[in-house]
Amino acid sequence: MSTDEKTIEQPVSFEFSDENREKIKAQLAKYPKGKQASGVMPLLDLAQRQSGGWLPRAAMDHVAEVLDMAPIRVYEVATFYTMYNLKPIGDHHVQVCTNVPCWLRGSDNVVSACRKKLGIEFGETTEDGKFTLSEVECQGACVNAPMVLIGDDFYEDLDEGSMAAILDELQGGGTPTPGPQNDRKGCEPLGGLTSLKDQKGDG
Amino acid sequence: MPTLTIDGIEVEVEAGLTVLQACEQAGIEIPRFCYHERLSVAGNCRMCLVEMERAPKPVASCAMPVGDGMVITTNSPAVKKMREGVMEFLLINHPLDCPICDQGGECDLQDQALGYGLDRSRYTEQKRAVKDKDLGPLIGTEMTRCIHCTRCIRFSSEVAGVPEMGATGRGEHMEVGTYIEKALTSELSGNMIDLCPVGALTSKPYAFSARPWELKKTESIDVMDAVGTAIRVDTRGPEVMRVLPRLNEDVNEEWISDKGRFACDGLKRQRLDTPYVRRDGALQPATWDDAFAAIAENLKGQDGSSFAAIAGDMACVESMTALKNLSEALGSNNTDCRADGAALDAGTRAGYLFNTTIAGIDDSDACLIIGSNPRREAPVINARIRKRYLMGGFKAGLVGESVDLTYACDNLGAGVETLNEILEGKHAFSKVLKNAKKPMLILGQGALMRSDGAAVLGLARKLAEAYDMVTDGWNGFNVLHTAAARVGGLDIGFVPSKGGLDVAGILDGAVSGKIKTVYLLGADEIDTSKLANAFVIYQGHHGDAGAHAADVVLPGAAYTEKNATYVNTEGRIQHTRLAVFPPGDAREDWTIIRALSDVLGKTLPCNSLDDVRSRMAAMNPVFGGEELVTAEWGTFGSDGAIESGGFASCIETYYMTDPISRNSETMARCIRALYGDSEGKTGTDG
Repeated sequence: MSTDEKTIEQPVSFEFSDENREKIKAQLAKYPKGKQASGVMPLLDLAQRQSGGWLPRAAMDHVAEVLDMAPIRVYEVATFYTMYNLKPIGDHHVQVCTNVPCWLRGSDNVVSACRKKLGIEFGETTEDGKFTLSEVECQGACVNAPMVLIGDDFYEDLDEGSMAAILDELQGGGTPTPGPQNDRKGCEPLGGLTSLKDQKGDG
Repeated sequence: MPTLTIDGIEVEVEAGLTVLQACEQAGIEIPRFCYHERLSVAGNCRMCLVEMERAPKPVASCAMPVGDGMVITTNSPAVKKMREGVMEFLLINHPLDCPICDQGGECDLQDQALGYGLDRSRYTEQKRAVKDKDLGPLIGTEMTRCIHCTRCIRFSSEVAGVPEMGATGRGEHMEVGTYIEKALTSELSGNMIDLCPVGALTSKPYAFSARPWELKKTESIDVMDAVGTAIRVDTRGPEVMRVLPRLNEDVNEEWISDKGRFACDGLKRQRLDTPYVRRDGALQPATWDDAFAAIAENLKGQDGSSFAAIAGDMACVESMTALKNLSEALGSNNTDCRADGAALDAGTRAGYLFNTTIAGIDDSDACLIIGSNPRREAPVINARIRKRYLMGGFKAGLVGESVDLTYACDNLGAGVETLNEILEGKHAFSKVLKNAKKPMLILGQGALMRSDGAAVLGLARKLAEAYDMVTDGWNGFNVLHTAAARVGGLDIGFVPSKGGLDVAGILDGAVSGKIKTVYLLGADEIDTSKLANAFVIYQGHHGDAGAHAADVVLPGAAYTEKNATYVNTEGRIQHTRLAVFPPGDAREDWTIIRALSDVLGKTLPCNSLDDVRSRMAAMNPVFGGEELVTAEWGTFGSDGAIESGGFASCIETYYMTDPISRNSETMARCIRALYGDSEGKTGTDG
């Protein structure tokens, strides 16, 4: 990983909140005794949410302590996945997929909309601290490509215009509706069902 | 046992082996980077690809278990081409800096590139560059050279048991390191340098100082602790350039402790290279004749009982034999090699040996550690215990200070009370020992250095007997020594005889005036302030505590400068070899005592090393026999009362325990890096 994350200001300590401690109990109950280290990813996620979207080193050390792991094993996991941010990010983390399916369906336009609107490049944060733009690998929503992930929500079937609209709304403090940004329902074919129309389905 | 065909050769191998190991048994060498027989299989370098019949793709032989009827090809053109492909990928991001790389000449990548590398690169894009890591004062890094074999990561988490190395980031951005900048805290970290197949991890003190082909290699034995690690001393001219471990499955496998490896720069500083005689209150350089004359003058007309000799922690058996004989000739019974005051009993050999043997640890299933911190006192043995622990079905318990030994080890209690509870069967650990088939105990010097040490020794013996630790073919009673000289000294009986004084007695005698002359054979770990009234002769290689208190200094040879015998904690008789000559006027130690005996008119009847060694054999037959013999069980220790109070390890600061390591700049840097800048840490912290 880049070295600049080692130079950022780190909080001195980190402790899980009471609420998160309950959640940890539930998470660790999923794993056999002695294998609690398997819970490192959900715990890191909780720690990241509690710390405002990024993982300070103290948080990683605390997770290591909770799970009785060597700290380096936690660092390895945290640096491997793009879902963990090792430096502070903006309020809205805009993660654009540029893998092949999204790219074929026009992710280039989505990226340029973001660049134009926010005035930043990948890996940068706007000066007001509202947006961070990242390039990510496949998020598994190829059926509705191109897509971006903002916070916990997928925005799909994007084009330059809809992407700009989403960013505008976020800028204004609103919450854009997640999901396909055209008329598609879920991941059904665009323009409605083309087969199995008379099937009611069983729910 | 599965039978497989490798390049047309049929071999029968043990089930559970890998194809790579089977190939080795068939005498076929498979190139590899990530595979190492003492580490877990990673299978990530892909250099060991072989063809397997009916397999659609080449297989990584290091990760493929053998199967009956397998047909393996390792020498086909296809295999060569595959390996060439792997090599080309490895070299894409590897810099072409062999001419300035310390690994040059002993580099796996360099060697294998000769066999599988292309003569030119087809790669025209930017190479990857990685920022160097700071791993402390011992290991230098050039991380751009790293080929991500992960041997260092596996070593630190598996063998050393101090998981500090890791691989962070992924893909093109993966980096091997500690992530946060910190010095490694393992006492075995230097072994990563040997494990690194390229020049990514190199020895920092040795950096840019020599090429392997210009070094003279001498096989020897390490004396920084009592393990007796097999070493190779690499020298250039009169200088010891570095110390590397040698393979000895029975002792150190292929590891060496950091002190054994890196303290050798202490051999160049503060050396005694000429005799000194105290004149007008100050030590002044003198000739050998002057020094001997001063001693003869002092001893003239003196009664033998006022002469005493103390052997230090690094004295060889030859010099102790000569000094013992000289003391006897002078009529003195005041000889002692237990400079630390440990209440060891020289009468019963089994009572002061690591009887289980180091390799025997692999067979034990329960271990009680008493007053010792093996991680500090004998890191290589500690790694062996950890290895046993990782095999499973092994319980360890510690009586003494609570420390991180790198394996699960219950702290049972602080001191004698706990030992008594265990002996009486009242402690939870009693059950563990009772149910164990091959229980062992390790008794540290920390428990024996107390004033009631003899009683602790006796109690430990009772424990060993109560839990059937001593049976046919198994002896679970172990004394862990920290001084390389100690067992040898006890073997030749360098202890007070017929009412003679021990170290404490000699020191008190020197204060009271009963002892007039004290001969220190490399003894620095004693309270030299008590010697102010006595005439002190110091023979040794460093100007340390002993030399400062001396009236006559006789310059001796360090372990790299003499052919000498050392007996390790197991009772294994091993020999160091002369790698360089002693500096200046310094001489091999036994010859000094022989020459002195001549001046004193008590000429010792030994004129060659063979003569001395046959005298050693006469004093104790073990020196005439095999390298390692089993010692007979007997009675030792005393029944006396034991004071309460906890046991402490005898080593406070791992990196400085003897004159050589105290004079080593590298060891000083280790101490600064690990203890210097952090608050709340003492010398005994992990």
